[in-house]
Amino acid sequence: MSQDLKGYRGAVLELLQKAGAKIGDLIKIERNGQTYEGYLMPRYELSSEQTIVIKLKNGYNIGVRATPNTKVTKIGEGHPPVFAKPPTPPKKPGLPEVAIVSTGGTIASRVDYRTGAVLPALSAEDLYSTVPELSDVAAIDAEILFSIFSENMTPKQWTEIAKTVAKHIERGVDGVVVCHGTDTMGYTAAALSFALQNLPVPVVLVGSQRSSDRPSSDAALNLISAVRAAAYAPFAEVVVAMHETSSDTSIALHRGTKVRKCHTSRRDTFKSVNARILGRVVDGKIEIVDSSFRSRDKSRKLVAKPDFSDKAALIKFYPGMSSSIIDHLVDDGFRGIVLEGTGLGHVGNYLFDSVRRAVREGVVVAMTSQCLWGRVNMNVYDTGVDLLRMGVVPLEDMLPETAYVKMSWALAQTDEPAEVVKLLRTNITNEFSPRTEYAESWPWES
Amino acid sequence: MVDYEAIGLKVGIEVHQQLATSRKLFCECPCTLRSDEPDFTIIRRLRPTQSELGEVDPAAEFEFKKGRTIVYEAYKDTTCLVELDEEPPHQPDQEAIDIALTFAQMIGATPVDELYVLRKTVVDGSNPSGFQRSIIVALGGEIKLPSGKTIPIQTICVEEDAARKIKEEGMRIWYRVDRLGIPLIEVATAPVISSPKEAEEAALAIGRLLRATKRVRRGLGTVRQDVNISIRDGALIEVKGVQRLDLVSKVVEYEVRRQLELLKIRDELRGRGVKEEDIAEDFVDVTDVFAKTESRVIKSALKRGGVVLAVKLPGFAGLLGRELMHGVRLGTEMSDRARFWGRVGGIFHTDELPGYGITEEEVRKLREAVGAREEDAVVLVADARENAEDALRAVVERAIEALKGVPEETRAPQPDGTTRYMRPRPGASRMYPETDIRPIEITPEHLEEIRKQIPEFPEETVKRLVSTYGINEKLANQLLDSDYLELFEKICSETKVPPTFVAAALTETLKSLERDGVPVENLSEEQLWEVFKRIDEGMAAKEAFPDIATWLAKNPDKSVSQALEELGLGMLSPEEVEALVEEVVSRNTELIRERGERAFGALMGDLMREVRGRADAKLVAQMLRERIKKELEKSG
Repeated sequence: MSQDLKGYRGAVLELLQKAGAKIGDLIKIERNGQTYEGYLMPRYELSSEQTIVIKLKNGYNIGVRATPNTKVTKIGEGHPPVFAKPPTPPKKPGLPEVAIVSTGGTIASRVDYRTGAVLPALSAEDLYSTVPELSDVAAIDAEILFSIFSENMTPKQWTEIAKTVAKHIERGVDGVVVCHGTDTMGYTAAALSFALQNLPVPVVLVGSQRSSDRPSSDAALNLISAVRAAAYAPFAEVVVAMHETSSDTSIALHRGTKVRKCHTSRRDTFKSVNARILGRVVDGKIEIVDSSFRSRDKSRKLVAKPDFSDKAALIKFYPGMSSSIIDHLVDDGFRGIVLEGTGLGHVGNYLFDSVRRAVREGVVVAMTSQCLWGRVNMNVYDTGVDLLRMGVVPLEDMLPETAYVKMSWALAQTDEPAEVVKLLRTNITNEFSPRTEYAESWPWES
Repeated sequence: MVDYEAIGLKVGIEVHQQLATSRKLFCECPCTLRSDEPDFTIIRRLRPTQSELGEVDPAAEFEFKKGRTIVYEAYKDTTCLVELDEEPPHQPDQEAIDIALTFAQMIGATPVDELYVLRKTVVDGSNPSGFQRSIIVALGGEIKLPSGKTIPIQTICVEEDAARKIKEEGMRIWYRVDRLGIPLIEVATAPVISSPKEAEEAALAIGRLLRATKRVRRGLGTVRQDVNISIRDGALIEVKGVQRLDLVSKVVEYEVRRQLELLKIRDELRGRGVKEEDIAEDFVDVTDVFAKTESRVIKSALKRGGVVLAVKLPGFAGLLGRELMHGVRLGTEMSDRARFWGRVGGIFHTDELPGYGITEEEVRKLREAVGAREEDAVVLVADARENAEDALRAVVERAIEALKGVPEETRAPQPDGTTRYMRPRPGASRMYPETDIRPIEITPEHLEEIRKQIPEFPEETVKRLVSTYGINEKLANQLLDSDYLELFEKICSETKVPPTFVAAALTETLKSLERDGVPVENLSEEQLWEVFKRIDEGMAAKEAFPDIATWLAKNPDKSVSQALEELGLGMLSPEEVEALVEEVVSRNTELIRERGERAFGALMGDLMREVRGRADAKLVAQMLRERIKKELEKSG
């Protein structure tokens, strides 16, 4: 019953129950001589408790306040929509095979104009019918792994995604696309970069900043471009495919270890930090920008190391930060801490005792910079030198988020702190760039 | 004379009026329209979305498939990420909602208890998001026409204005987002209006009530009427965006005529025994026929690698040239469809041929090539093959519709009140909730606050103007329908310029200047205020108002001082006036002697021509009278 009257509570729920009304039914509300007729809508989370939401015949929604003398009558049964699937475009022979793994977010959807619900398109057939262009690009196999908001992802999900992608690669697909919510897509991209080594084909993460129910959504173009990159890109790397600018003209392909979400809402929120983009998709063509990549080679044997530890932490240093934060982590059994320090890689000297104690107890402590752009260098100032001496590991120009993911991954590969440090300092999948190139407009247009 | 009742005319009007709020409806940007170069542009495509039934708007899908791209022009300092669909909307502007609530109470409408923002799918590019956000604020209420008839109001909405279309080239269309998001109030009447005159009266009445709130934007383009027109056996036609009030009745009149003509054509086609299955998409390539043509249109199409395709419309001879309303024939309707769906420049049809450089011989060969009999019409189009085929498909579709009567469509008004095909009528209203904005509760306490601030009604304003300023009722009414009521009251309360003069200047004078082609819309209130202040201070003469207004309208960036200087309209000092009087009198001593004081009329005329508004006529007259008297005394 509660499902039938989603969101309604208390007196209003009783009123609607008494009338025998369900969501979608045509109802009449009478109150103090006024009459409203419309289809009963689910109550919106933030509506007032006394409100009944109806959709008028002209398509508008209004909220009607129920008072003790309000009368509700059901005058018509709601008809669930009958979805007539547009014909699936014919499969074209000879196209590359691409697996699409959905983890959440709705990269393609339909709108239920009746209730306002957005119905996700998840199966391969759904995808073909909502984004028909895909049928010209690749033969698609779609799998729904899970459906969670990206902020709810944990290293456990990284492991599952990595295993699923590995399964598809091992059965011989030409590329894999992972649909992902954008908030933590950068973390997952880094995770897959470390978990899936010696890749034979591309793995492309894709998301959207505007939900796919709206005509202006970036989802379809991102998805088409991601599938194109998975099917045809000359590289075998983990990349993120998202709008390069605000325009629907170019989709950037960012290296999984160098990419970060940098804007709360823009389509071109993802930026490559301390690196050029790997390439872009423009007008259905793949352009390579940075040619130092591992080439696609289906005969290469994938090495999957999909495990991650949940005993890694990422801490942003700020003036006045309490040393108890570090102490707590150590006491809690954390085995690795990535610090997001200031400038070239510093934290206040009031944390020194705690850092020293952490290292002494076998916790790996590594340093990145909250500047994001540029490289840490702990030899320049005394603070840096002191921290180095304590055993803090400088992580070059690695993004703090990537460093955290790498820490979590490294801790799952070995129990030996010295081995963890060695892994951290080894450039495994372009998480470091040895050279920092000059960029004209830095970090991008002001 | 059409008997509108007999043909079952039903008209409903939606008045869209921009509100004078300090910010846009869903962001904090100012409501500023700009004519300078945009700071930047972005390029987008809009993808039609599927409904729960799997349906997609056909026109939208067609444009998308053809690869239509949209260029949005924007400014860094007066537009933001919200307009560009790069940031979620902010909470709606409360001021806009309050203005709508005020209007609702003025017409006895029932405010909605809790407001919901809806997304209305629009994929022509005018909204970067692909939808227009709209809120129903109140339901019901009514307005009264001068005849005593009441027109029920169905809904009062607040919605965001769309981006401004700048231009269109091929498959690319330019919009400027400065207008996007300016709050609009939409007032929709029930479809009970039954004559063109009534339609205009209803629009006028709604407009007056809206202006009475004193919180609406004024000037060209700030108010637009959508007119929905149907007659019995005809179809519901939506004419979108009529900007001028005096065009509303014309639009209805013409649309009725068009529908009646289309019904006559339908009957004639049926009488000729034409059947739907006779009209087929059999396109014949007649490029050979026009290989050596003198037609410039066809020649240039062929030069660009195009082809000439033709289709036969059986039984249509003579009907394509039939006028539906001034300047619009059935052939025009087909041509407009071909332009929309085929992106072609237009079509030719045999009812207008030979002509346009196409010879009789070519027409004969053309008819032969498609196997047309005498009673058949032939339509041809010259363009790239794909476009030509799309265009002729649209022509065939329109021809089949002619057999059925009047097709439902959305039409655009022309300056003379006729209308042209704009796009097919969108299917069922595609609305769904805006999930980024929380519902807004309208409490009884808030409504009480609004009720206390109900403004003066138009009838009361007229009465007050008559009694306070001593102007006549006609002028008072004209002021009410002008953009200058507030300015009038300011001038009359702060200067000593006679109210009747001010009222006439702001209404009749400006109107007559406009009729003469003066761009009076360029005049700002500040400029007009300045002019009257100069008049008040004796720095300019009342008589010079039309000249000053004209000059300022034509030189919109210049000041009032510059106008006076350029026009040589600085006021003459009393000494200068005296010298002029002296000169005229001495030139005419004979006349004065002959006619005595009756010479005044002729001399005054001479003088005023020389003064050219640079002196107060009363002062001139007084000086002249005295001088004539002196002259007569001298001689007598």
